[in-house]
Amino acid sequence: MKKIPILRLGRILLVSIQEDLTDNEAMQFQSDLVNKVAEIEALGVAVDITALDVVDSYMARVINDTASMVRLLGAEVVICGIQPYVAMTLIEMGRDLIGADCAFNLDQGLEMLRERIAHRGDIRFTGDGDE
Amino acid sequence: MQAARAARQMAEHLGFGRAQAYHVATAASELTANMAVHAGGGTLHLQPLTDNDGSIIGLEMRAEDQGPGIPDLDLAMTEGYSTARRLGCGLPGASRLMDEFSISSTFGQGTRIRAIKWCRHRPVDRS
Ligand SMILES: Nc1ncnc2c1ncn2[C@@H]1O[C@H](COP(=O)(O)OP(=O)(O)OP(=O)(O)O)[C@@H](O)[C@H]1O
Ligand SMILES: [Mg+2]
Repeated sequence: MKKIPILRLGRILLVSIQEDLTDNEAMQFQSDLVNKVAEIEALGVAVDITALDVVDSYMARVINDTASMVRLLGAEVVICGIQPYVAMTLIEMGRDLIGADCAFNLDQGLEMLRERIAHRGDIRFTGDGDE
Repeated sequence: MQAARAARQMAEHLGFGRAQAYHVATAASELTANMAVHAGGGTLHLQPLTDNDGSIIGLEMRAEDQGPGIPDLDLAMTEGYSTARRLGCGLPGASRLMDEFSISSTFGQGTRIRAIKWCRHRPVDRS
């Protein structure tokens, strides 16, 4: 079974969703991620989907559910790197298939997370690039 | 995902634009996922459509399975309707991504879906 690595940058976690995720792999990924968020009391999670050429309604649900779970735990979440043609396809398919906030790339995503976390006034934040 | 890749490659090979190729790939992914999830498997056929003079006018996609069939097609095409606690956006989404979309299903015997993407640079003439 494919395992999605979870990278840690201070109190921010970074995950990259890969293609061909089965139901079981998606569930494993989600439980790994929420456990990690809880364990380190993560303040933010950046979900990178640059690798996805196809985001069908199943992948959209995996992405949305993941974002909701992270938010429920109290962390901020940003989806990063959606490909332009993937975005066009999602719009054509209709409905707000991706219900989370998005950023152009990982850099912007991390910036967005830091701003949000700072805005929250969370004094516990000790990540890099911020004071 | 293999189906999606094949569909995208065929679309690009036939001269479709990048956006259209992504649409076709995503529709293929939806139909293949549906056969796997709701019908225990099935086959996706991809085929170029040509004019009388042999020039490419579109790409046809046919999904055929011997699953349980769909009892209520209108309901199945409704956004948000899913018997598997999924988003229920696959069929309505795929139909929007393609130019033509028709389902025929016999309860208990299976489902056939035929969808077409016309090449945009050609006028649609199916007389
Ligand atoms: N090939 C099929 N055989 C039998 N039933 C099907 C088939 N395809 C779709 N259905 C039925 O139609 C419903 C709607 O399909 P649709 O693809 O829109 O949603 P979904 O597959 O349930 O969820 P999603 O595609 O958003 O992950 C399904 O829940 C299922 O009941
Ligand atoms: Mg579906």
